[in-house]
Amino acid sequence: MINWSLRQLASALAHKQVSSVELTQTFLDRAQRYNRELNAFITLDPERTLAEARAADRRIAHGNTQPLTGIPVALKDIFCAQGWLTSCGSKMLHNFVAPYDANVVEKLKQAGAVTLGKTNMDEFAMGSSSESSHYGPVHNAWDLRAVAGGSSGGSAAAVAARLTPAALGTDTGGSIRQPASMSGISGIKPTYGVVSRYGMIAFASSLDQGGPMAKSAEDLALLLNVISGYDARDSTSLDRAAEDYTRDLDQSISGLRVGVPKEFFADGLDADVASAVQAGIAELEKLGCKLVEVTLPQTRLSVPAYYVLAPAEASSNLARYDGVRYGYRAPEYGDLRDMYMKTRAQGFGEEVKRRILIGTYVLSHGYYDAYYLQAQKVRRLIAQDFQSAFERCDLIVGPTAPSVAFDLGAKISDPVQMYLGDIYTIGVSLSGLPGMSIPCGFGQQKRPVGLQIVGNYFQEARMLNVAHQFQQATDWHTQMPAAFS
Amino acid sequence: MSLSLLDVKRIAQLASIEVTDAQAEQVLAQLQGVFALIEELQSVDTQGIEPMSHAQDVTLRLREDQVTETDNRERFQAIAPRVDAGLYLVPKVIE
Repeated sequence: MINWSLRQLASALAHKQVSSVELTQTFLDRAQRYNRELNAFITLDPERTLAEARAADRRIAHGNTQPLTGIPVALKDIFCAQGWLTSCGSKMLHNFVAPYDANVVEKLKQAGAVTLGKTNMDEFAMGSSSESSHYGPVHNAWDLRAVAGGSSGGSAAAVAARLTPAALGTDTGGSIRQPASMSGISGIKPTYGVVSRYGMIAFASSLDQGGPMAKSAEDLALLLNVISGYDARDSTSLDRAAEDYTRDLDQSISGLRVGVPKEFFADGLDADVASAVQAGIAELEKLGCKLVEVTLPQTRLSVPAYYVLAPAEASSNLARYDGVRYGYRAPEYGDLRDMYMKTRAQGFGEEVKRRILIGTYVLSHGYYDAYYLQAQKVRRLIAQDFQSAFERCDLIVGPTAPSVAFDLGAKISDPVQMYLGDIYTIGVSLSGLPGMSIPCGFGQQKRPVGLQIVGNYFQEARMLNVAHQFQQATDWHTQMPAAFS
Repeated sequence: MSLSLLDVKRIAQLASIEVTDAQAEQVLAQLQGVFALIEELQSVDTQGIEPMSHAQDVTLRLREDQVTETDNRERFQAIAPRVDAGLYLVPKVIE
């Protein structure tokens, strides 16, 4: 049962072969048992979860089923869920019980899903390894000595170890795709504006986008159907007609032009990753895709542009944490100013403070034009690169990350090394394009490798089609770490 | 561009984050690495390029000027560090 797809689970529930309570209990037991090793969850609340499962069973008994009725889904701890601790991996929100639901949480509930728990993550989603969490690092399900990737590392580890059928993550510069790659699962970041940011704790608002993480492209498509859609409460939500993201899954991909950017295979890509990704691309060719070499000349600049823009937006967004209305407040302080200074010094971790300081600096008087505006201009150049490439191809493929999961602690003291690891994902984020990662093999020490698929705006259904066809022809996505079977 | 210890303390003040001298030294070393990376942007010719803040270049919507939120004061104040009689309490600001 732990390996069943969402369709299989929905069918078993609808035919009363299993109840939501039984199903949910199975995953809850696994989550509780394995969380000591993986640290994938910040909060498990079996009573609350089982109450939701019982309510789902009552709806099933009345024949009132929605696509996800009775199926447990885990939420990255960045999503507000009413009554749940929503810490965002930070001491600053260690006591923040969300007073309302995020838009995606409302949508999951309307679709009948059961909240399995809140997953661990880099503090405020700032990181690429899920090590900066106030609640300790997430461990990789394939190798406990390795990171799970980040920032949605808890969701990735939970899906990889089959502690939940599926999870939600968020992606600002690669935080769904990179942990999916390093944890051997599938994940998609939709076009910016497709999934509402309402109730998703803000990091860099012009980049933040929620998305599903699951075992297969088919499951991702079903989940994206549920969580996407216009929401007036998110000022950048796009008002467009609803799509069925499963509509093209079974289409042939023969004749599709697949672009391979040469910059994604240059210096800095590990040989083991390169060979697994090349094998994945060869598989697409076998399925009838035509390979086209494309160029994304500004790839290198995407890292510095991102590390100006994201911290700038973060420094503004995180100004709200002042110890007045919610969250942490320093126990001792003098005047109001001192209260702010101590609260923020104690409530934020090192990486978050570093990014706030970078952001404050690049936005400060005399530096705004040179850094912030210049980065926004480079951002447009990067987006234009992708548009030029898409004149020659339908989709772009390449590695998701330059290496397999690295050892815990290996990069934590060198932020620049950590940032450079985001090179293949952040250009996509800066451009607002949809991107996904699916498992395509294993590298050193049998750690998973992900194949990144990037589409033009609103091409999610085409990307999921390619991923699904790839997964019909390969079995990388059905493999799971032996220690958790 | 090189960052000084004074810069770090100044931006920490702007960001309302208390830093000790020892922390400022440590932060300085790390920020220098990051700024060396960011510095690469200076060499790019962006003349005539418009800054980009949204992929679809959408303009922010305006909504009708109507009350849409209900009164959640009690629910919101239940999670505040210190409240009294419906007010958020902070150290005295006006003598």
